[in-house]
Order: sequence, then structure tokens, then C-alpha cells
Amino acid sequence: MRKATAAIVGPGNIGTDLMYKLLRSEVIEPRWMIGVDPSSEGLKLARDKGLESTHEGVDWLLKQDELPDLIFEATSAYVHRDYAPRYQEAGIRAVDLTPAAVGPAVIPPVNGEEHVGAWNVNMITCGGQATIPMVAAVSRVTPVSYAEIVASVSSASAGPGTRANIDEFTRTTSNGVMTIGGAERGKAIIILNPAEPPMIMRDTIFCAVEPDADRDAIAESVHRMERAVQEYVPGYRLLQEPQFDDASEATLGKVKVSIFVEVEGAGDFLPPYAGNLDIMTAAAARVGDHIARSLLTQEK
Amino acid sequence: MTFLTTPETNQLTRRWADVDAASGLDLRLTDTCLRDGSHHKRHQFVPQEVRDIVAALDGAGIPVIEVTHGDGLGGSSFNYGFSRTPEQELIKLAAETAQRAKIAFLMLPGVGTKDDIRAAQDNGGQICRIATHCTEADTSIQHFGLARELGLETVGFLMMSHTQPPEVLAKQARIMVDAGCQCVYVVDSAGALVLEGVGDRVAAVVAEIGAEATVGFHGHENLGLGVANTVIAARAGATQIDGSVRRFGAGAGNTPLEAFIGVCDKLGWSTGVDFLRIVDAAEDVIRPAMPEECTLNRMTLMMGYAGVYSSFLKHAGNAAERYGVSGAQILLEAGERKLIGGQEDQLIDIALQLKAKQDANA
Repeated sequence: MRKATAAIVGPGNIGTDLMYKLLRSEVIEPRWMIGVDPSSEGLKLARDKGLESTHEGVDWLLKQDELPDLIFEATSAYVHRDYAPRYQEAGIRAVDLTPAAVGPAVIPPVNGEEHVGAWNVNMITCGGQATIPMVAAVSRVTPVSYAEIVASVSSASAGPGTRANIDEFTRTTSNGVMTIGGAERGKAIIILNPAEPPMIMRDTIFCAVEPDADRDAIAESVHRMERAVQEYVPGYRLLQEPQFDDASEATLGKVKVSIFVEVEGAGDFLPPYAGNLDIMTAAAARVGDHIARSLLTQEK
Repeated sequence: MTFLTTPETNQLTRRWADVDAASGLDLRLTDTCLRDGSHHKRHQFVPQEVRDIVAALDGAGIPVIEVTHGDGLGGSSFNYGFSRTPEQELIKLAAETAQRAKIAFLMLPGVGTKDDIRAAQDNGGQICRIATHCTEADTSIQHFGLARELGLETVGFLMMSHTQPPEVLAKQARIMVDAGCQCVYVVDSAGALVLEGVGDRVAAVVAEIGAEATVGFHGHENLGLGVANTVIAARAGATQIDGSVRRFGAGAGNTPLEAFIGVCDKLGWSTGVDFLRIVDAAEDVIRPAMPEECTLNRMTLMMGYAGVYSSFLKHAGNAAERYGVSGAQILLEAGERKLIGGQEDQLIDIALQLKAKQDANA
């Protein structure tokens, strides 16, 4: 069976790490790496790995006789918003790793296969990929009136895009906490910690549930979700058993569920501490696989 | 007491007295008991307290009063504690109450958003103070841009300044100023800086941005140095000064503003604040709103000593009580892990680890 072809747009940290993951895919062949800077290290690496690499941007790609089945966008929200319509016109499916949110958001173990037919899917944010599965793990057991996530990442792993658009991070993530996590209200907080050696990504997920919620069922669901994420991010792990704080004034009359996770990356291109970036690229690769399979099945 | 009056110390005293008198410093003070004190109050301020405190501070001549959740706009949360009264409502009340003072508000990129800044301005806030960890100034660029566009006065906070050398702070201050910040504060969030440690940092920031923006200092009392550190900061060129009347702030509290005002009177520095009136306000209005005095004790000393973010105090206390472990140990471990402002959630993880160790040894 042939593989679906893919272009990665944006040869930065994310794009390069994603390339390593796609090179291992059974259904995707990463064939192009697209950049705009001839001196880019990522373009050179891609060339070494056998990808056709260009610094002439997406315009070059769209002029080729053969177009990719899939584009993975690892540039910025602004760039993606501009180009997304052109990808669709050209009949190319897009997996968007920027916070542009042009298409529906996808968290693999929650709604991974729901949007395989969409022209454009969005990967939300790294903090969203790390925490929304756990919000969903609680909300599939019992109603969550409010969920709040705190993502701590190492400064070294937060690129200029994240830094310049930190509001977009919190907004996009808290939306995902609601729309995909299933919480009625959502809030997201991000901390960049400059400690040396760099800290591994850590996330805390707080959920407000009713006093009569089944705590054992919640804990079981959380553990099950941990295993589901581990299928594509082996370094995703619970640091503690889920904690339950009885309803009080300080918890707004709800039971507070606290879930602590750590995300250690696979170390493909980015160092293992950058679990935040790894979970993005791993999730994108997984979603790409789903889309590729559906495309290839249609061909048969 | 002869040891206090050696010729050397006399000389030193005279030298500084001359310098201070000649400098004729004119300092602009910001009281932050309605923001930093929000931590100590566990974010439970009620409208009447805010009205009374603003009226008292304003009446004494405090030119700037900061009002927000302790962790800034949008801080009301599981992680930092929910506000009893929505902060925007308190900002509005403060702005309606103040006759002369300007109302400032704090925001931390990653916690609050630009929408929160807009709302705070709509409610009467005039000074937007944007705080980042002292190596992450570039996360504030979009917020300074917006604040200036809206016509707000801007202040930048370089938090946990003790963790970085003067030259790093100067570079970070440059990023904020280039983004539109009009005054950069060296913020000793952990109360861990000691005298020259403050002076050197303030001087480096002044050297970098002195012609383009003013410099401020925000101190904590965790090693008992709030007033002394602030005097050094002013001598090094800081012209905007934070403090909280009665120390009403996180950790062992902030620089006690009424004491600093008295010290300024002695040094011949002008603050525009009436010492006797601020002392009365401290006693009659601010103290009654405090759940307890801000004191130096095992926990707060540990924060200054281990360099821990002051607002961790109550959260470490909660986690210690919940899991039956030592609060001081939690704070030491927080220092060990190099946690920074905002990572209150990790204190629970630390407490659980300490408990597991404790259980294993039992």
C-alpha cells in the first residue's frame, strides 16, 4: 500500500521534531520540508534525511506538479490563517500545530477520529494536549462545572511564538478545556520556568465536581486516560494519585479533584525536558496517521 | 555604646547624611496592601474594607494604590485561591473612593489577559503593572503594547530579582522599556535580597534605562530588611517605591510603608505623605482589616532564606495541614526545585512526596 505524502511547513524545533516522528509512520511519508530562511538548520537536517527542502516557502510547494496529501503547519497562527484557504483549494488536508484554530480542535484520545474528514484540524496548544485528556477523563464519569489547568514548561522550550502570543495560549487552551474536555467553564494558566537544568513539563489539572461524584470511578478513568496518552507519548505519567478535597468555601462548594502529571519527551530532536513540544508533535503525528488511513482507505 | 560612635561610623553617617540631603529625593509611593495583602487575606477582601483602606491611604497622601487579586488580574482560581469579591468590582470601588490617588492594578502574562486589562481600565484603573519572572520579560510585550495604546500608565515588574545578576535584570528591563514600559521595578518577591544586592540591581537597571524610564523597588520583609533595602534602592536611583502599610502583604509582608515614610522624613526625602496620618491609618484602618499581623516566623524566614516566592506561604501552610507534613520543609523543597511565582500547584505535589517519605519511614 502506498503511504500518504506530507509536507512540513516550518523547519523550526517543532517541525524538525515532527519530521523524526513522521519518518517512523507506517502510513505517512514526509517528503517536503518548507522554510523561508536558507540558513535554517532544520532545512539542512531535513535534506540529510532525504526530504526535499526549500527556503522558498509554501508558494514554491503549491507550484509543484505533485502536491502533498497532507500539510503539517508548524509556523505561526498568522501564517496559517493566511495559507489555510489555499491548502484547501489545492485539495490538501492540513494538520495545524499553531494556535490559529482554523479547523476543529483534536485531542487524540478524546476525539481523535471525529474529524478525519475535515480539511483542517487544530492541535490547540501543548498545554491543552497535556491536560485536556484528564479533564475529559473526569467529565466522562461525572459533570465538571469548572476545570482549571496549570502548565509549567521550561523557558528553554518556549519559543518566540509562545512568548509573543501568551494570551492566545491561555484563550485557546481554556476553550479546549470546555469544548473537548467537557467542562462547563475553563481556565488555563501557563508558567515559564527558567531553572537550570531545565525542568520537565509539569501540568496540574483541577476539576470541580459534585459532592456525590464517584471518586473511585474518577480515579479509574484518570488512570485509563494516562495509558491512552502513553500510547503516543510514553513519557506521560501521573505524579500522584488523583487527590480529592471535600467541598468547602475555598472550593466554591464543590469537590476539588487535583491531577498531577509530568510529560517527558521522546528526545527525537528536542531534549526530553521539552515534553510540551513532544506531546504536540506526537499528537499531530497520531492525528495525521488517522487522516492518512482514511485517505488511503478511500483510494482502495 | 561606644562601639556605635567610632570615628569611622560617624564619618559614614555624615557622608550619607550629606548625600541624602543633597539628593533631595522625591519618591512616588505605591501602597499594595489591597493587592499583595490579598495573599495574606486569602483574597477575602469585602467592599467596605476596600473603601475604608483607600479613603485612609488617599487621605494621608499616598499617590498610588494597587488593587487586584494577589496574583493579578484573573488570579481568582483553584491554584491561587478564589476571590470573595470580584477584583474588578474592588477596582471600581477603589477608583470611586479615591479623591487624589491613582488606582493601579497588576497582571501576570499567562494568568491574566488583555481583556482583563481593558476591563480594569473601564473600572477606573489608571496604572497597569505587568509582572513577569525576571528572565521572561518578552512575554509582556503584547500587554505593554495594549496598555500604552489604551493610554494607561505602565509599570513592569521583574519578579524574583534575587535569582539573577544585575546585568541580566538590566537586559530584561530593556525588553520591557522597548515594549512601552514607563517604570521598571526590581521586585524582591522572596524577600531574599540583602542591601547591596538591591543597590547593585537597581543601579544596573538605572544605567540601562535611566534616561527612558524610571526605576522602582518592591521589597518583602522575609529577612527583616524591607525598609533598609528600600533606602538602598532609593540611593541607587529607584524613584518609585512599593510597600504596604502595616506590612500587609505576602510572606512576612512588604516594606512597612509608614515606617519608610518616617525614614524618608529623617533623610530629607520627600514623599508627599503625612507621617502622622499614615501611622493612624495603619493602626485604625489597615490593622483591623488584617486577619493577623504579618510576622517573621519559621515559615516566613524560610522563604527569605531559601529564596521562595512570598505568596507560597498560605498555600504551603494549607498543604502542610492537609497532608500532615512540615510547612517549612515544603518551602525549602520549593526553593530546591527552583519554583517561581505561579507554581503554587507544585506545593501539593511536594507535600504528597514528603508524606510518602514520612509514611515509608513510619
